[in-house]
Amino acid sequence: MSADHLPEHPEFLWRNPDPKKSYDAVIVGGGGHGLATAYFLAKNHGMTNIAILEKGWLAGGNMARNTTIIRSNYLWDESAAIYEHSLKLWEILPEELEYDFLFSQRGVMNLAHTLGDVRESMRRVGANQLNGVDAEWLDPKQVKELCPILNINDNIRYPVMGATYQPRAGIAKHDHVAWAFARKCDELGVDIIQNCEVTGFIKDGNKVTGVKTTRGTINTEKVGLCAAGHSSVLAEMAGFRLPIQSHPLQALVSELHEPVHPTVVMSNHVHVYVSQAHKGELVMGAGVDSYNGYGQRGSFHVIEEQMAAAVELFPIFGRAHVLRTWGGIVDTTMDASPIVGATPVENMFVNCGWGTGGFKGTPAAGLTFAHTIATGTPHTLNKPFSLERFETGALIDEHGAAAVAH
Amino acid sequence: MLLFSCPNCGPRNETEFHYGGQAHVAYPESPDQLSNREWAEYLFYRENTKGLFAERWVHAAGCRKWFNMVRDTVSYEIQAVYGMGEQAPEGLTAPPAAQAKSQPLAPAEAGTTTASEGV
Repeated sequence: MSADHLPEHPEFLWRNPDPKKSYDAVIVGGGGHGLATAYFLAKNHGMTNIAILEKGWLAGGNMARNTTIIRSNYLWDESAAIYEHSLKLWEILPEELEYDFLFSQRGVMNLAHTLGDVRESMRRVGANQLNGVDAEWLDPKQVKELCPILNINDNIRYPVMGATYQPRAGIAKHDHVAWAFARKCDELGVDIIQNCEVTGFIKDGNKVTGVKTTRGTINTEKVGLCAAGHSSVLAEMAGFRLPIQSHPLQALVSELHEPVHPTVVMSNHVHVYVSQAHKGELVMGAGVDSYNGYGQRGSFHVIEEQMAAAVELFPIFGRAHVLRTWGGIVDTTMDASPIVGATPVENMFVNCGWGTGGFKGTPAAGLTFAHTIATGTPHTLNKPFSLERFETGALIDEHGAAAVAH
Repeated sequence: MLLFSCPNCGPRNETEFHYGGQAHVAYPESPDQLSNREWAEYLFYRENTKGLFAERWVHAAGCRKWFNMVRDTVSYEIQAVYGMGEQAPEGLTAPPAAQAKSQPLAPAEAGTTTASEGV
């Protein structure tokens, strides 16, 4: 058995145009969400005179730093609906975008280590099934059958008492996902403008009419913010606040190994998640640093705790070497759910607050946000995720409810 | 790993501390008079400064006392440590930005927040 071969890239990916004087819509942020938004604006709403502005290089922020896990086993109806729609889009996107990004539905297990975990997990399996999300409960023996390298002895600090399992979940090659969207955006006429940092907004009264950038001023009728960890920095420039706190989230990879890890394993209780990349690296992640930070690096003790948990659960990792660690800045909300919708500034919309779960949400975030930008009204799926919910109290509290803390 | 100077115990490892978010967020003076918007501001809206940030920490594995700290959220450099109820040293506060401003969701709903430092 050998690792999957990476697919060949198409000959042409995207142009690198200079910004025009004006666009019908400007998307700020050239990561996965910005690219997916522009793609669906062009494809579903016929808006092709649009630009994506990226301060660095395309998809070089969180999109390049995530652990590529895709799943939809969330507890609350609103979250299950949007993430499950996302998963359904993931299933058809490689064909639609004509680009193989190695979406591998190898399944995701969420381990339970305490009686409380077991009960919460079984509840979530039931909720998932009611919401049409594939989910099942596995006992430790079934866990071992699916992932033979897991230690299911009951004499360890965090014994495996079972797991939820979503067979349709999996991983995708994140860079290729970004390039696939970017290539289609370009084909549809979208200008992808890199090295173009937004430095301010131009408003007429309370209505946004333009964007100031390091490459000049751009007039536009609509602005969509897709800047993840930097969303509140942009909101401040535009004169409003977001209930967002930015935290560093880190991940790491080992050197290459023969395929040993056939699925994705996550543990909320000890907070480690592990999958094996197509090339063979073990990809692992942990929780966010407790404090606010924009430094794109994480605390050493977070990795230390995560590695201790990983080595106990997977004894064969004791001899693996860490090759590289990195950090991204995630935008967290108090209810651990995203914000997708209108802002206090007219014609300006925001897609943020995805916290540690943005990658899996990329297609649905793009689809629903494009709908909101094009029509000025919420999509059925993003309506519950409005900024108003912090005032009305209709929170979607996925903290502790979802498979893993945000 | 960061090294924090607890005002009571001296320099200790970051892992002994627990984070408490933005400092100097006052409990509303007249909670019974707040609008939904003002409650939202108090409960869910915090500064998210890129740069100097005044925040609270508790020395959970030591003296168990809270204190304030000004830290740079980009370099993680600690600029000042001071007691609860004290103000940040001059020049070490975050730029005024949106601080204390009530940002209405809809312009028509603008209102003023009545808040004080409280105890």
